Amino acid sequence: MSDTDQRTPPVAPPAEEAKSGRPGRSAALRTPRTYAWAAFAILLLALPFYLDRFWLQAGLFAMAAAIAAIGLNLLTGATGQLSMGHAFFLAVGAYSYCVLAADPVTENGHTLTGFGLPGWIAVVLAVGISGIAGGLFSPIAGRLRGAYLGIATLALIFIGQHVLFNASNLTGGFNGRSVPPLSLFGITFDDSQTLVGGIPFESAEKLWYVALAALLFCAFFARGVLRGRPGRAMNAIRDHRIAAGVMGVPVARYRASVFVLSSMYAGGAGVLLALVFQRTVPEYFGMILSLEFLAMIVIGGLGSVRGAVIGAAFVSLLPQLLTRYSESLPLVTAPGTGAGGIAPGEASRYLYGAAVVAVVLFLPGGLSRLRFPNLRSIRSTRTPRKGSK
Amino acid sequence: MTTLIELLLGGLSMGAVYALIALGFVVIFKATEVVNFAHASLLLAGGYVTAVLHDDLGFWFALAVGIAGAAVVGAAVEFFVMRRYRGSDHSVLAIVTIGVDILLVTELTRRIGTRVLSPGDPWGDKVVTFGAVSMAQTRIAALLAAALLITAFLLAFRYTSWGVAMRAAAENPQTAALMGVRLGRVSLSAWAVAGALAAVAALFLTVFPTPGLERATSLAALKAFPAAILGGLDSTTGALAGGLIVGVIESLATGYQSDLSFLGRGIGDLAPYLVMVVVLLIRPAGLFGTKEPARV
Repeated sequence: MSDTDQRTPPVAPPAEEAKSGRPGRSAALRTPRTYAWAAFAILLLALPFYLDRFWLQAGLFAMAAAIAAIGLNLLTGATGQLSMGHAFFLAVGAYSYCVLAADPVTENGHTLTGFGLPGWIAVVLAVGISGIAGGLFSPIAGRLRGAYLGIATLALIFIGQHVLFNASNLTGGFNGRSVPPLSLFGITFDDSQTLVGGIPFESAEKLWYVALAALLFCAFFARGVLRGRPGRAMNAIRDHRIAAGVMGVPVARYRASVFVLSSMYAGGAGVLLALVFQRTVPEYFGMILSLEFLAMIVIGGLGSVRGAVIGAAFVSLLPQLLTRYSESLPLVTAPGTGAGGIAPGEASRYLYGAAVVAVVLFLPGGLSRLRFPNLRSIRSTRTPRKGSK
Repeated sequence: MTTLIELLLGGLSMGAVYALIALGFVVIFKATEVVNFAHASLLLAGGYVTAVLHDDLGFWFALAVGIAGAAVVGAAVEFFVMRRYRGSDHSVLAIVTIGVDILLVTELTRRIGTRVLSPGDPWGDKVVTFGAVSMAQTRIAALLAAALLITAFLLAFRYTSWGVAMRAAAENPQTAALMGVRLGRVSLSAWAVAGALAAVAALFLTVFPTPGLERATSLAALKAFPAAILGGLDSTTGALAGGLIVGVIESLATGYQSDLSFLGRGIGDLAPYLVMVVVLLIRPAGLFGTKEPARV
């Protein structure tokens, strides 16, 4: 991981120039990168007008996963603390939102508790509750390091599953509970149709913009954390815990705080997932989900926001792609047919499992380190390489 | 009283099996400083080979093949994956083992499917009775086999040149290498031994009273993780103690489930993790783990 840091300087200066806007404003306008980003942003905003519900939902899952992966990357990538329990915090977020926002209902003979709070308050509180859950784990999260913490957080998965199945007046038990739709600024994000520019907008289309805004906020917040003072402290803890302590970084407090922050990210992702699914079931929040998040950040690139987003897109869109095109792919069969082939879910697990191994061995730094050669050569001829020696 | 004794004995027997798994896990950690999250999948591999082959080869031969198979899988993971990593960060290697685990578990659960495979053991569901206390033969076999293997392992670890090499490598890899210890062989053999121990444990996790080898077996194997960490990851004594603690507590919590009903159904499966959390709150390095001194 440390070698990725050494490679950062040659790339960083143009970005900072562009941000501070001093000499680089016109230079930023001339780089192909700026235009690429603008085109990408417009594409993302326009997608709900063209894609069908299947792909929109796939995209929404990817965005929710990206939020959780950014949070996990703050913890695992930037601070070096492994967590296998992030599915637990997603569950806390998702179910807290359900309990807070829903009206009390009787479903399948259970009476489900609900507080009927307005949606946005429920979202904020759900994220807060996830943070508190992370904080309750801080005596352990602050003291253990690296892979030790990984095993300790396994406990969270099992505790979470136990509570979800047993506290059935809150969670609905095995069958889960339905998720009340969010309403914000007078718009309700349910399946009632609204015509926008001749396109009927249902929940997926409307949620798309909420998710995009949430992802953007989360990404910039995490970037701020990573580039500022806390980020340096976190990297110092990862690279050399004792040296960091000697330099005046309160190691235990930082570890615990990053754990809390990261569980809040997971809680937020949980709320978003619940809104997309429209129903939460306990089984979903198991170990496989936690492992998927770890796979995302490793494949994308440890310790960077961009890596988390790229990895999330890769891991969560892969099964959808394989499902959609299962007929035309060799070896892969449609789910449920059992015709001797590999089901899309399994096939994607093979792929990302292999990708995790391959990326660590052959591509340290993950997919986010891959650069298109032509872009790189343009940039390096234009800016003097200060950082590289 | 009889129930208590039966539960304690059953717990000890399960605990011995967990200790076998945890021992392998600790051996890998000591020899290579890698936390091996793929351990449950090694176990599943060994159990699968035994369960598939016992019809054709007979139980004992199938078991031997299963043990050898798991050892080969472990060694292969070391040789083809771990050894290729050129960085120095061991927590990144832990993540690699997660990737390996995803691959192996997906492949094995796909092969197992929804079937429940019998391990084909000779003990079946026979029960031995001493006075009022009765115990399944499989549990006694598990206790004896685990005790035998653990003793053999600890003796080898202490007295053979292989054991000395391994302890030297764990103590200080650079010095050990200068003394002529071949570190590659040490870590290869650690992975192979861990695989073999896990395959034996797989047998005893799938015999009566459990239905057999199924997808969920890898979840049962995961309980060796809390066992290893509550004992202390770098201590073989800790692995034994942790395994026994986890086994006994799980057995008691399952046995007295009706008295613990306020905690919800299935508390027995959760108990090992709760104990781990409690122990870690008091001793973050585990019961027998060394708080690592560091030179700055």
